[in-house]
Amino acid sequence: MHKDNTKLTEEIIRASGVNPKKCMKCGKCSATCPAYDEMEYHPHQFVYMVESGDIEPLMNSKSLYMCLSCFACIDRCPRGVEPAKLVEAVRLSVIRQQGKNHMTADDVPAKLSEDLPQQAIVSAFRKYTK
Amino acid sequence: MQVNEYKPLIVAFCCNWCSYAGADLAGNNRLNYPADVKIIRVPCSCRVNPMFILRAFQRGADGVIICGCHPGDCHYTSGNYYTRRRMALLFSMLDYLGIERERTRLEWVSAAEGAKFAATMNDFAEKVAALGENKRLEDLRCKK
Amino acid sequence: MQRIGVFVCWCGSNIAGTVDVHAVAEALKNEPGVVFSTDYQYMCSQAGQDIIKNAVKEHNLTGIVVCSCSPRMHEATFRKTAAAAGLNPYMVEIANIREQCSWVHKNMQTGTEKAIILGKAAVAKVNLNTPLTPGESPVTKRALVIGGGIAGIQTALDIADAGFPVDIVEAKPTIGGKMAQLDKTFPTLDCAACILTPKMVDVAQNENIRIFSYSEVQEIKGFVGNFDVTIKKKARFVKEEICTGCGACVEKCPMKKIPNEFNLGMDNRRAIYIPFAQAVPKVATIDPNACNMLKNGKCGVCSKVCTAGAIDYTQKDEIISEKYGAVVVATGFNPISMDKFDEFAYNQSKDVITSLEFERLTNAAGPTAGKLLRPSDLEHPHTIVFVQCVGSRCAACAEKGKEYCSKICCMYTAKHAMLVRDKYPDTEVYVFYIDVRTPGKNFDEFYRRAVEEYGVKYIKGMVGKVTPEGNKLKVQASDLIANKQLHIDADLVVLAAAIEPDKSARSLATMLTASMDTNDFFTEAHPKLRPVESPTAGVFLSGACQGPKDIPETVSQASAAASKVIGLLCKDKLTGNPCIASANELMCNGCSTCANVCPYGAITYEDKEFMMPDRTKALRRVAQVNPAVCQGCGACTVACMSGAMDLRGFMGSQIIAEVDAICK
Repeated sequence: MHKDNTKLTEEIIRASGVNPKKCMKCGKCSATCPAYDEMEYHPHQFVYMVESGDIEPLMNSKSLYMCLSCFACIDRCPRGVEPAKLVEAVRLSVIRQQGKNHMTADDVPAKLSEDLPQQAIVSAFRKYTK
Repeated sequence: MQVNEYKPLIVAFCCNWCSYAGADLAGNNRLNYPADVKIIRVPCSCRVNPMFILRAFQRGADGVIICGCHPGDCHYTSGNYYTRRRMALLFSMLDYLGIERERTRLEWVSAAEGAKFAATMNDFAEKVAALGENKRLEDLRCKK
Repeated sequence: MQRIGVFVCWCGSNIAGTVDVHAVAEALKNEPGVVFSTDYQYMCSQAGQDIIKNAVKEHNLTGIVVCSCSPRMHEATFRKTAAAAGLNPYMVEIANIREQCSWVHKNMQTGTEKAIILGKAAVAKVNLNTPLTPGESPVTKRALVIGGGIAGIQTALDIADAGFPVDIVEAKPTIGGKMAQLDKTFPTLDCAACILTPKMVDVAQNENIRIFSYSEVQEIKGFVGNFDVTIKKKARFVKEEICTGCGACVEKCPMKKIPNEFNLGMDNRRAIYIPFAQAVPKVATIDPNACNMLKNGKCGVCSKVCTAGAIDYTQKDEIISEKYGAVVVATGFNPISMDKFDEFAYNQSKDVITSLEFERLTNAAGPTAGKLLRPSDLEHPHTIVFVQCVGSRCAACAEKGKEYCSKICCMYTAKHAMLVRDKYPDTEVYVFYIDVRTPGKNFDEFYRRAVEEYGVKYIKGMVGKVTPEGNKLKVQASDLIANKQLHIDADLVVLAAAIEPDKSARSLATMLTASMDTNDFFTEAHPKLRPVESPTAGVFLSGACQGPKDIPETVSQASAAASKVIGLLCKDKLTGNPCIASANELMCNGCSTCANVCPYGAITYEDKEFMMPDRTKALRRVAQVNPAVCQGCGACTVACMSGAMDLRGFMGSQIIAEVDAICK
């Protein structure tokens, strides 16, 4: 059994505005996700883990930062669960717990590469900063 | 009037198809509830005009309970939905007028729920008795 | 003033054990209007009933109060007794002193006190009772079935077999509906046409059945037993009685590029067409939007080749008015549009098809003559991906999908997958599912056979994206059990589209004042106990217009609806419940509130002339309750703002009298 994360779970659900209980476990989010192979925990697992309060592994996982925030999962989820918002809420709570920015303006030039759309870096900068 | 012998006067409106049958079932199963409860049969809970309830309180009723079919099970498909909305408004108005919330109740009792009927009546009578005699809405013209 | 007799029953010791029956009879003697009061061991026995009858005669009683068991038990008995004594049966009231008094209270004193109060309430009510006579209305012994699919066909055949005339109104040029488009049927794999077309022929040959094909219902008025229906028979520009269905005109028609609706646009038909070989009626129809002759007067080939002389370019829509006793709605379903599902590339690739299109592709009478070929290049597909729940169980967005489960997709997908693997074992077949739902006789066995014997690859997961690339469809999907994302190069993608009620159902429901749910499925009178009747009397539901259904379920519901219709049409007259609402016309202000709350559509409005106080005449709009339709729930009585509506048998004054008697 994982440790009691009720408060943290509630906080994430509140911050994201997502009700993971609406999930019917169809897996369309994971079917849709373009960053699926980069992730340790896939979108559908994400929803399930939040629902069951298994938050810690998520917070320690790099998967959080693999989400492109493309919102394909939100668009296509038949139940309106919005997994990407959960990812973002967990990401935010990590940043808040660490009390520091996950990315600073100085990190941006190093991350620039031809394969990566600039927009992704800009949006990452916006998202991973307090 | 002797205070220690106080018995509340409770009027129960029961719809013919579910709750009245539920009350009959309570009888068939010999499930006791206070004799203070007097049942009036109506075809559907939506037949209960708020006027009837006001009248009961005017005439000295201490509590009024309305019983209907469970939502979705109404014999007339939608009557109990009207009741639900209507009573929500009426009860809050009565509350405003000074008739305690515990003196009014809306309950869904199906024809199979004899035990629920008896339990509801026991509980309701107990709550009303605890509040004591209702003096608020008695029509002064009716007082002899 | 009433002359009331009170009859207190002992019910052996059932009542007398806890209630002092003599005291009750004695106490009620002094109530206003009571002229006679007695008690007896068993009031419901013959001897007890005789006491009542004698008392009515002897004391000239006008009303009766029986203090006994529940009215649900013996109200009917005592009403009959009253009627036998020459009294109006509705002058009887029962005070329930058994189930609601003696059986639930143990103390003799409290039991007796309560019994007296209940008796007083009943006396107070009877004082205000008025004699009621149930209304009678005649029954037109003819049924209307709207929709000529398998549901409508079965209902019509069953009603006709019972000897009643039935009319079927079908919007398409032929009856048969969706089932005619199917290839095989699960779980037995009978060919749909082989089991349906004989039934269609039966319909055509049955003397009791008339088919109005290519027609629609324009107006419905009236009520149970007496519906007045106007049907528009659209001009098909072919004389139905003369056309032999030989097809010579179809062959020669020069307009060859009209998308064929029957094959869902996957091939073409002519401007004059017969939907399919076994169509009933087998009559050609000219599509006025495609025919050159009708559009600009140039052509006329069909009329030249028709040896029967059946072509009539001047034909006009025909309006038919008919009376019916019962209406059966069998409007069926359609697959939802795939336009909103961009992720599956339905509009980008011809090789992404719906399951109904797949049925046509595998049907021997379909566009590929039964060979499974891709629509884009007519090549044999080697990898086929089936996607389930496309638009079903979709709560996110109402414009996109439906919140309910469409029920039939799991089984037909298993059928499709199995048939493909059976005919073309070299084909790889994937089925992506959320859950496989197979409740039904031999259904789960069927699905398991698809997996175990036919090697269909069922994958728990969903397809997220389909991208056409070259002549392949790149399918990106999740496999939740392997926790992998899959990338499949497919040749054909088949979408199990959700089903929705036919668009015509909404306007039909308005005409019938029949209720619908939020998804536009017709609501049944009771979800468990009256599943084939609409709450509106005389309207019955058959097939998928009430909810998603497979063929066996549709047929059983169709027959059930037919039996209900037969039960209605067997009657010469309908006797109503006299305890119905009625409006006091002097008080009614015509506001329509009552009509809006009435679940049965029993209330209409009429302009009536009234003499005003100043002796002038004025027209006023007042509510009229149809006694054959009103069920007596009383919703209107409380909703009425001017207090004009009252419910006979449960009048406001009667209930208030009861309240007063109890609270005295």
